[in-house]
Amino acid sequence: FMNQNLQNKIKNLIQENDVVLFMKGTPEMPMCGFSAAVVNILNILEVKFIGINILEDEELRQGIKEYSDWPTIPQLYVNKEFIGGCDIVQEMYKSGELQELFSSK
Amino acid sequence: MGLTETSIHNKLSERLKPIHLDVINESNMHNVPKGSETHFKVIIVSDLFNGKSLLQRHRMVNELLAEELSGSVHALSIQAKTSQQWEDSNHHITKSPPCLGGSGK
Repeated sequence: FMNQNLQNKIKNLIQENDVVLFMKGTPEMPMCGFSAAVVNILNILEVKFIGINILEDEELRQGIKEYSDWPTIPQLYVNKEFIGGCDIVQEMYKSGELQELFSSK
Repeated sequence: MGLTETSIHNKLSERLKPIHLDVINESNMHNVPKGSETHFKVIIVSDLFNGKSLLQRHRMVNELLAEELSGSVHALSIQAKTSQQWEDSNHHITKSPPCLGGSGK
């Protein structure tokens, strides 16, 4: 299993920020279409979030996949809860579920 | 059809008994060598998804494809619907976002 430091690092990120997006690239310059799509939606909804660029941290890149038990990037956490990746965020946005999630914060 | 594509198709067919299944190799849309099997889109319609949240459905698919996902596949777009949703949406498939370069590896 992953080392304690890494686990704490991930835990802290998720607990200290309402909305965390583990992504490829940065919100200003995404390096992956799927990550960009999620950033787009968050921007359209004017949601404050922090983007964690896993391309800059190989350990974190593997660690978050294990932590979330989710094989791919991007990964969205809202209020300490794992929401999903690009497909799920897009579907929730289309159905209005995402807007509801943010307005009920 | 590549080996990975076949494997994905077989596993999902066998375990989820879908009424509709498309396994699409989208690797050529991305910054990877020709002939790669790294980026896939799966359209799967199964009533085993009834009553399950998006996250639960995706996790079901991820679990079945754990081997592929720890191998060459590092992007998996999933559209998981029940037969009712498939009919209601008129068999609509959401397009995958364009590549933005990735990690360039």
